[in-house]
Amino acid sequence: MATLRELAQRPERFTGGHRACAGCAAPIVVRQVMAALDPEVPVVTANATGCLEVTTTIYPFTAWKGSYIHSAFENAAATISGVETAYKSLKKQGKIPDKPMKFVAFGGDGGTYDIGLQSLSGAMERGHDIVYICYDNNAYANTGIQRSSATPKGASTTTSPAGRVIPGKPQHRKDLTAIMAAHNIPYVAQASVSHHTDLMKKVEKAFNTTGPAFINVLSPCRLTWGTPPEETIDIARQAVNSCFWPLYEVEDGQWKLTYRPKEKTSYIDWLKRQTRFRHLFKPEPKQEVLEELQAEVDRRWKRLLQLCGEEE
Amino acid sequence: MKKTVAYTGNEAVAHGMKQLNPDVVAAYPITPQTEIVQIFSTFVADGLVDTEFITVESEHSAMSATIGAAAAGARAMTATSSAGLAFMHEVVYVAASMRLPIVMPVVNRALSAPINIHCDHSDTMGERDSGWIQLYAENAQEAYDNLLQAVRIAEHPDVLLPVMVCMDGFIISHALENVELNDDAFVKDFVGQYKPDHYLLDAENPLTMGPLDLFDFYFEHKRAQAEAMRNAKNVILQVGKEYGEKTGRSYGFYEKYQLDDAEVAIVVMGSTAGTVKAVVDDLRRQGQKVGLLKLRTFRPFPNEELAKELQHLKAVAVMDRADSFNGFGAPIFVQTRAALYDLAQRPKIVNYIYGLGGRDCDLSQIGQVYSDLQQLAQGDGTGEIVRYLGVRE
Repeated sequence: MATLRELAQRPERFTGGHRACAGCAAPIVVRQVMAALDPEVPVVTANATGCLEVTTTIYPFTAWKGSYIHSAFENAAATISGVETAYKSLKKQGKIPDKPMKFVAFGGDGGTYDIGLQSLSGAMERGHDIVYICYDNNAYANTGIQRSSATPKGASTTTSPAGRVIPGKPQHRKDLTAIMAAHNIPYVAQASVSHHTDLMKKVEKAFNTTGPAFINVLSPCRLTWGTPPEETIDIARQAVNSCFWPLYEVEDGQWKLTYRPKEKTSYIDWLKRQTRFRHLFKPEPKQEVLEELQAEVDRRWKRLLQLCGEEE
Repeated sequence: MKKTVAYTGNEAVAHGMKQLNPDVVAAYPITPQTEIVQIFSTFVADGLVDTEFITVESEHSAMSATIGAAAAGARAMTATSSAGLAFMHEVVYVAASMRLPIVMPVVNRALSAPINIHCDHSDTMGERDSGWIQLYAENAQEAYDNLLQAVRIAEHPDVLLPVMVCMDGFIISHALENVELNDDAFVKDFVGQYKPDHYLLDAENPLTMGPLDLFDFYFEHKRAQAEAMRNAKNVILQVGKEYGEKTGRSYGFYEKYQLDDAEVAIVVMGSTAGTVKAVVDDLRRQGQKVGLLKLRTFRPFPNEELAKELQHLKAVAVMDRADSFNGFGAPIFVQTRAALYDLAQRPKIVNYIYGLGGRDCDLSQIGQVYSDLQQLAQGDGTGEIVRYLGVRE
């Protein structure tokens, strides 16, 4: 991979001046993804409806220097599969120059785990040469922070509010990365905005893979999570170190941990920093609930270690 | 060289698609359209087309992938029916609003519930305000001819709108008829190569498509879209005329059948027009001045032209193979009736809703409509304005 100095010199494919919130991880993720690309190769981006789309393409402005298309919420994968197929067809027929081009789709967790899951699954199964990046901020942030199937259990959102009877979202989150691995596509990875080298290596691999690739990137939202903007990277790092968000890849069916925390930190400590979990600590800690949440993270981490051959 | 073959509507359309040789086709099976993509996939498998075929997992993705391909710069097509079209609904609008010249055969079928696989026009009528041009066929020949013309209409720089090429499910799609085919070279030349001005794969001139468009610009974009639909009227006539000069089969917004000297007439769309023609012939032999206006272009709606063609009549029956459930009349009727508003002297006009869910519309039903029209023409008043034909009350 290119050094940080080299990466810094690559031309920006995604400009500043967009209207994402201060501290939003999504544009950082996009810059890291774009910087990992060979600067000589053009990329066409498809984007699901969501924060990233509405903050970066307010007509007549665009933050995207390469070609970009947004069509609807649930169809970024289908849309980019159409673009990629057009490329294949036109190139084959000599209607466009025979030059390399890459195809990437971005969607939030709502557009990827929930409403766009069918379209994503179809595109992956068909084997298009595309990279799909999910920026997972754990909720429908764009519509005002509703719960999605990526929202962690216990989180208070506007449709899973912490009430007198129900303490936030009642269900554990969907393991989308594993679902994508179950498609047996050539490359699946989980990454975090906090670990840019790891993320960019994965993006490079994804783009250099022939066939579909999927990367799920943890992308804190200060409004959803209730964290100060300057702590975006740090809260993501702690999510990784608590093993709530492990970094790993599944390459041709082989599961591999790409980062193992020196010391696995407390998931409960991570929850404590975010106002979406405040009700689990105040007026007094709901110990039983917190222990159950910690146990689920531990259970999933253990299973991942087994899949990665790190533990019996 | 022209060649006459015995083809079903689906075969004729699939053959037309082969001749068009689109860059990308994305499709999903649904009765009664399935056969089109099934036949087309054999052309792909046998290497008879250059098309890349995307076997999507739903109609929503069929239209989404077609949008992606068209935006990328490809001539892209899909095909569907009924629930499939309804499932696409959201992105049907996106295709039109992004001004992508996609051509989509739609084999008309009733919408659920109750589920029914047979013909009516409720599926495409549900998309009548989506910004797509809609052409309807009386038979397999017209479906084939409309398909080829649709590409020229859609891609015309004054238009840049998608086109639905509609044909009646089973009645046209699965019935064997004589179809005169154009030769491959003619079709290739007639439609030419698709060369969009702006497309995603143009690496030298990247662009953003489908941005967030708020109160400061959205309205202007919608206004431009409305203008494109108006422009489509001229283009449809030009293309229909040119096609006629080259093939002997001319097309316009509608076909008049014994209309100019008629006293009463039926307005109808689709395969029923054939049945109406048989009744017109029969009644004409008995000396009755009856006529027919078969509508081909429902979108754009030929408002002034219809008013002109119908103004001399004493009574008009508009037959709709779809209901609108608006408590009044069905789509073609409501629009035709409005078209007559500016006339100094208007014919009486009534609506017949018929043939829902594939209910057969036979000669005797059409005979009944003409007999009702004769009474209307002679008597005072109009009676029931919206009527149901061939249904148990």
